[in-house]
Amino acid sequence: MPDSPPDITRDDVAHLAGLARIQLDDAELERLAPELQKILESVATVSEALEGAGDVAPMSHPTPITNVFRKDEVTPCLTPGQALAGAPASEGQRFLVPKILGEE
Amino acid sequence: MTMTAPALVDFDEALTRYEPVMGLEVHVELNTATKMFCGCPAVFGGEPNTNVCPVCLGLPGALPVVNEKAVESAIRIGLALNCEIAEWCRFARKNYFYPDMPKNFQTSQYDEPIAFDGWMDVELDGETYRVEIERAHMEEDTGKSSHMGGATGRIHGADYSLLDYNRAGIPLIEIVTRPIFVPGDKAPAVARAYVQQLRDLILALDVSDARMDQGSLRADVNLSLRPVGVSTLGTRTETKNVNSFRSVERAVRYEISRHAAILDDGGLILQETRHFHEDTGTTSSGREKSDADDYRYFPEPDLAPVAPSREWVESLRATLPEPPGERRRRLQGEWGFSDLEMRDTVGAGALDLVAATIASGAPAAAARKWWLSELARRANEQGVDLAALPITPADVAAIQKLVEAGSINDKLARQVFDGVLAGEGTPDEVVQKRGLAVVSDEGALSSAVDRAIEANPDVADKIRAGKVAAAGALIGAVMKEMRGQADAGRVRELIISKLT
Repeated sequence: MPDSPPDITRDDVAHLAGLARIQLDDAELERLAPELQKILESVATVSEALEGAGDVAPMSHPTPITNVFRKDEVTPCLTPGQALAGAPASEGQRFLVPKILGEE
Repeated sequence: MTMTAPALVDFDEALTRYEPVMGLEVHVELNTATKMFCGCPAVFGGEPNTNVCPVCLGLPGALPVVNEKAVESAIRIGLALNCEIAEWCRFARKNYFYPDMPKNFQTSQYDEPIAFDGWMDVELDGETYRVEIERAHMEEDTGKSSHMGGATGRIHGADYSLLDYNRAGIPLIEIVTRPIFVPGDKAPAVARAYVQQLRDLILALDVSDARMDQGSLRADVNLSLRPVGVSTLGTRTETKNVNSFRSVERAVRYEISRHAAILDDGGLILQETRHFHEDTGTTSSGREKSDADDYRYFPEPDLAPVAPSREWVESLRATLPEPPGERRRRLQGEWGFSDLEMRDTVGAGALDLVAATIASGAPAAAARKWWLSELARRANEQGVDLAALPITPADVAAIQKLVEAGSINDKLARQVFDGVLAGEGTPDEVVQKRGLAVVSDEGALSSAVDRAIEANPDVADKIRAGKVAAAGALIGAVMKEMRGQADAGRVRELIISKLT
C-alpha cells in the first residue's frame, strides 16, 4: 500500500522556492501549497496502479536502455568567442558573474 | 575578516580524554582524453574557455553522453579497492546554485554508486590498518572561479568573479571511507598513509596523474571526537583544501586539538566545512551545513543507467596491477631492504621514487640513501612532499652514476642536488656549469698531499709509525685545499703510499 502523500504546507513551498531560487509572494505561496498537494496525490494514484503488478522498478528514463557510451575521443570545441557569445558579461575570455556570497 | 585564534589542547593531552574518528573523502581527476559527458579535451590549464562545448557549458538542448573510458577507470578503481561493482546504477543531478557549474547542477551519483563496500589495508610502522571504503562514485569536476577586486583575491571583499569552464566536466571519482577507528595517536599518520597509499594505487592503475599539488587528487578530512568510552559519534567537521600528504596529517592533528578545546569548555562542535591553511597548519570556518546542503538529488533523465556486464567487470579485474601490499613485499625482497628500511621508504612516500631510480640504473641502497637522507631533508625544510621536489628519479640515478664513475664524490653530489633543485639543468649540466668534477690530475693531488704532509709533520710521523687511522687529518687538509673536489679514497691511497 503506497503511503499517502505528506501534507504540503505553505512553509514547505517557501522552503522549496528558496532552494530553487524562485521568488514567490504570499499569494503565490498560498495558491501553490494545495496545488503541489494535488500533484502529489495524483502521483500517489498512479502508484496505486502498481499494486499487484509485482516487482516493478521505478523508471527514470522513458526507454529501458542501458550503457549508452561514447569512445574517449576528442571532438571539436566551441571557440571562446562562441562560448562567451551568450554571456551577459565577460572579461579576459572568462564569464563575468556578480560577486558570490555565502561560501568561500 | 577578523579572526581570533581558537584555543587548542595539546594533542597528546586531548587523546587522554577523547577518541578521534575520521572519515576521508578523496577526489581523483581521471586522465581520460576527454571529459565525462562530452568530447572536450580533459586537460589542466590552457587558455580560458577553450575546452568547452554546449554540453559542459550547460547550454539548452545539449545532450550528455557518458565516456566509456571513465566508467572503465571507475570500475578498475572500485575493484582495486575490493569493492562490489553495481550491476545497475544511475547518475543523479546534485542541484545547487553556484556559478562553478553552469548547468546549476553537478552530474554525480547519489544512492547508486558504481562501486561500494570495499576496503584498503594501510600499512604504517609495521602495522596494518584496514580502512573500509563505503563507496566510489563517478561525477564531474567544476569550473574554476577567480574572485576579482577586493584586497585578498578571496570571495570576501571581491567585487565580481570570473569563470573558466575548461575544468568543468572533467571526470572525477570520489572515494569515501567509512568512519575510521584507530588509536588516537596513530590517527594523523594513518590518514596520511591512507591518502599516500591510495595515490600509489591510483598511479599503479594509471587512471590519473594524482598530483595533489595540481588538484588532480584532493582530500577532504572529516573528523569528530568522542569522550573515551562513549560509543556514539561526536559532531564532525569537514576540512577542505588539504593539498599535500603532510597537510592531511597536520589537519587531523589540528582539528583534534581544536575540537578538544571546545569540548573541554563544554561547547558544541559546529557541523561545518573548514578550510586548511598550508602556511599556518590551521583551519578556519568555511560555511555551516544547512539548507544549502539540500541538493534535491534526482536521477539524471538525460543519461541512461550504467549496467556493467559481469564479463566486462571480470575482464577489467584481470587488468589490475599487483596489489600494493604484495608489491611492497616483492620489492623489499628484490632490493634487500630490512623491514625498517622498507618502512622508512614507504613512510617517506618514497617507494615509487626509489623504484623509478633503481629502474634508471641506480643500486637499491644508493637510491634509498639519496631519497631518504639528502632529498627527504630538503623536502622537510621546504615543507613539501618528496615527490614535489623538482628532481626526477632519472636525475638521482644520473648523479649516482657520476659518483660511481668517480667524477664526483658524495660531497659534490650534494652540490649537484642543489643545482638540479635550483633549476640549473641536468646533473651533467650542473657539474659542468659549477665546475664540480673531482680533480683527477694526479700531479695536482700529489703536490697537495705533499703540502699537507709538510704542514702536519707530527701527524705524518704517526702514520709512519703505523697509525694509519691518523690519515684522516691529512685527508681533511687535502680535501680542504682541493675545496672538496677530490676523491677522498684516492687521497688516502696517496698519503699511505708516501708515508709507508
